[in-house]
Amino acid sequence: MIFKRPSFWLILLIAAVFVYLPLRAEDAAMREDMILVALAIILVSNLNLMIGYTGYVNFGHIVFYGLGGYVGLYLVSVRGWHLPTAALTAGVFVSICALLFGLGVLRLRGAYFALATVGILQAVHAFVSNFDPWGRSTGMYLSFEAYEPLGGAMRALWTTYYLVVGVMALSLILSLVIKRSKFGLGLFAIREDEDAAVVLGINATVYKAIIYSVSAFLPAVAGALMFYKNGMIDPSIAFEYMLSIEGIVMLMLGGQGTVVGAALGAGLYERLRSYLLTSPKLSNFHLVIAGGLLLVVVLFASGGLIGWLYKFVPRSQEVVE
Amino acid sequence: MKRLFFALSVLCLFAVTTSVAQQTLTIGFTVSKTGKFSVDSLEQYRGVELWRDQTNAAGGIKAGGKSYKIQLVSYDDESDSKRVQQLYTRMILQDKADFMFSPYSSPLTATAAVVSEQYGKIMLTSGAAEEKTYKLGNHYLYQMFAPAAHYFTDVLDMLKTKDPKATVAFVYEDSPFSVAVVTPAKPYAQELGFNVTFSEAYAPNTTDFSPIIDKVIAAKATVLLGGGHYADGSTLARQLQGHKVPLKMITLLVAPDSPQWTELGDAGVGVIVPSQWEPQVAFKAQYGPSGAEFAKTYTAKYNTPPSYESAGGYACGLILQRAVEQAGGIDTAKVAAVLNATDLTTFYGRTKFATAANEHGLQVGHAMVLAQWQKDKSGSPVKQVVWPLAGKSADLKYPMH
Amino acid sequence: MIDGVLVGAVYGLAAMGLSLIWGVMDVINLTHGAMIALGMFGMYLMFTATAMNPYVLLLPVIAIGLVLGIVVYWMAVHRVLGRSQLMSLLSTFSVNMMVIGIGTALWSTSPYNVNFTLPGITVGAYTFTGNHIAAASSALIIALALELFLYRTRPGRAIRAVADNREAAELMGISSTAVLAIAFGIGIALALGSGALVSTLFPFTILSGAVYQLKSFVVTVLAGLGKPLGALAAGVLLGLLEGAVTPFIAVSWIPLIEFGLFVVVLILFPRGIFGRATA
Repeated sequence: MIFKRPSFWLILLIAAVFVYLPLRAEDAAMREDMILVALAIILVSNLNLMIGYTGYVNFGHIVFYGLGGYVGLYLVSVRGWHLPTAALTAGVFVSICALLFGLGVLRLRGAYFALATVGILQAVHAFVSNFDPWGRSTGMYLSFEAYEPLGGAMRALWTTYYLVVGVMALSLILSLVIKRSKFGLGLFAIREDEDAAVVLGINATVYKAIIYSVSAFLPAVAGALMFYKNGMIDPSIAFEYMLSIEGIVMLMLGGQGTVVGAALGAGLYERLRSYLLTSPKLSNFHLVIAGGLLLVVVLFASGGLIGWLYKFVPRSQEVVE
Repeated sequence: MKRLFFALSVLCLFAVTTSVAQQTLTIGFTVSKTGKFSVDSLEQYRGVELWRDQTNAAGGIKAGGKSYKIQLVSYDDESDSKRVQQLYTRMILQDKADFMFSPYSSPLTATAAVVSEQYGKIMLTSGAAEEKTYKLGNHYLYQMFAPAAHYFTDVLDMLKTKDPKATVAFVYEDSPFSVAVVTPAKPYAQELGFNVTFSEAYAPNTTDFSPIIDKVIAAKATVLLGGGHYADGSTLARQLQGHKVPLKMITLLVAPDSPQWTELGDAGVGVIVPSQWEPQVAFKAQYGPSGAEFAKTYTAKYNTPPSYESAGGYACGLILQRAVEQAGGIDTAKVAAVLNATDLTTFYGRTKFATAANEHGLQVGHAMVLAQWQKDKSGSPVKQVVWPLAGKSADLKYPMH
Repeated sequence: MIDGVLVGAVYGLAAMGLSLIWGVMDVINLTHGAMIALGMFGMYLMFTATAMNPYVLLLPVIAIGLVLGIVVYWMAVHRVLGRSQLMSLLSTFSVNMMVIGIGTALWSTSPYNVNFTLPGITVGAYTFTGNHIAAASSALIIALALELFLYRTRPGRAIRAVADNREAAELMGISSTAVLAIAFGIGIALALGSGALVSTLFPFTILSGAVYQLKSFVVTVLAGLGKPLGALAAGVLLGLLEGAVTPFIAVSWIPLIEFGLFVVVLILFPRGIFGRATA
């Protein structure tokens, strides 16, 4: 069923490229570049579930990543857990929180929900900054011994990379599976006309809460992995509002509502960003260019690059989802 | 005859060049060219750059019969910790850096430490007062800044000599640095016999301090310690004056050290700042230039006086230089051994590193310099060093008004 | 306590612009914070250039705001009006990014100040700074002026007509596009004005507007849409709430409480407390 979709194999190909390239070159510097792209793809494709599939903007998407990072780092550094279990537990914990919260918050419609997500991000940030067991605003630091179970710091960083690539592949596959499922159809119905969907018997609040929770899982796992690699976490780096914003730009650029659009948008934007930041004149205009890009996409090409592709090559809709 | 002369001169030239074989010593670090740390990071960078220029002009670092030309490799980390790991890995693997300096700020330094430790590279840190980084079991980290705990303990020592019965209030930014400063200061104040009547952290980006100021007044405090960064520190000072709070001493972190502090006019006079270094402080340097010489060459090159960030950057270079000279080369283990045994006074003050495994690299020799803004004869505000007494340029004005 | 009222009046003024735009054209203006910050810088630039009394310079700043608002309307808002709310959110958001980007490039993130102090009033051990009093009074005057405009003048009534029922208004011969553009312009002008008033109170950067934007949202959902005096009242209420709560808990919990309040109010009153029947 899913294996018949060409997009599935496209996803596996992308993942294989991510695994193969740095390994072949034995280049840790390239690995560092690519892990950031992989992270962007994870965040964007999960964000797509809310924005693209359900039509609900989540401005505070990064809160899942940050919370996942905190739970993961706490379990590893304070409780001495192993990384894979800690990361999975972080994912589950954050998803459950999202579900419970979502059942309340997603009674709000459209724009009100979007505003609430900003509030949620700020509230969690403020809470964590005051939460003693998690180091308040100083955060938590991981002792260098924590890398021993994975074979020392050097090997641990490579292992973490592969795990992150794995999560990236899972994110894309998850998008594909949901898109082709009955649940996904329900989400699209909500996106098109929520009132009609409700009349047709879809419990919109529950559907929305479920997808909100699902969109939290993999970013939380990724957060646990990334902050383990980083060696420390504090509220300002865990809950970077900028990352939430850039996620939205990447998604719109690539093509919201599509699976591959997330990967495309993330990859392109990262490239653009690296270029902008090394060019001394343009580095200050990074935000302006991103904003301009978003505006142009919204005004003239709301389907993003993949949307454009669909317009010119209608057959591609079957292949590149 | 001509041919002989020619051959002899070629031989001489050859002999001369091989006897002074030039090697390169590469140091890698990131600079925050953009983002929230950009202003301070630039000053730290300039200190390092000045050291490099001066040392290379004098023929480089001379060790083990060779001379090493210093090469700096740096990239913009955008004040972002994710970029820091990416870039430090690149500098170690691709640019083949021999030694590392830290970025500016404690969170970025903590992230860089993971990478430098992993590859067994020595990293001297500046611009980072957070202690936790050194308590994680490192082998090659060396901190130049005095740890956060010292910022206010030295102030309290000074206060004890003037007014042992003062009532103290802590009003500080709820951010890692200020919290790290205040947390050990509170019990220390109580140990010294002061009455701590109020202590509260405000959210970063707070612009209205009226509620907290009202609480300070209600607590009848006579001494206030706190602050965080420039924006909140300067606003707090302004509003304290606006509300006419009767304080005998105000000590704020970071903010009064900025040249912009003079914009506050009278609201800024009398305020004290703990600093890692000030141009007026006169330590007797056992190695390297004196404070006055450093300040002069820095000002000549950059048209602005050096700040403590610049001093920290320069000092990193100086201490590394001496360690390489004494170790006779750039071998990591040998240089580390020299650094571990270092106990030296430079223009920057005394430098000595802790060597126990659970706090390796923590700076234990460097003490804070306390500076107070005072009016000079013409009535303009000027920063004077009031503590330690050995290095002071003026007496402490207490009460401040 | 009084401090709470003074500070709250400024919150109210800041919220008025947001509330107006939201009420009239159902657009949530995510440039609001950036516009407030632009007001701060506008005042700074004029003050350093002319050294005139900031409270006099307030008028040109507001005028600039009106023009700027109309420009932004044509640039980003006009085309997305009919489409999903997602699109208008994103379009105003993108303008926000651009303004902040340009602001950071021009003015970096170092703080700026408008150094102008009015003498304060001292009662017992507590002093109320003159700048705060002036800001609050200006807020009140502007709110009254706006209320008069909306309810007693023709353009004002046209705006309210378009807000109520765009088609009917057009049938009556009102050019809705022009009205919407002007309404947006007024909303932005109010944001710039409040920023200008705040500029004398503390150091600011291009990012300082964000705090006010969030408070504006809280005030707007408390007060309901499109009612200037209601926004002012709700702003004062928020200021009082902050003032009442701070003696008992650490000031750093305040943002948390405000956002909690914000989310709770939105959940319990999805269309605002004094909500409009059609949002």
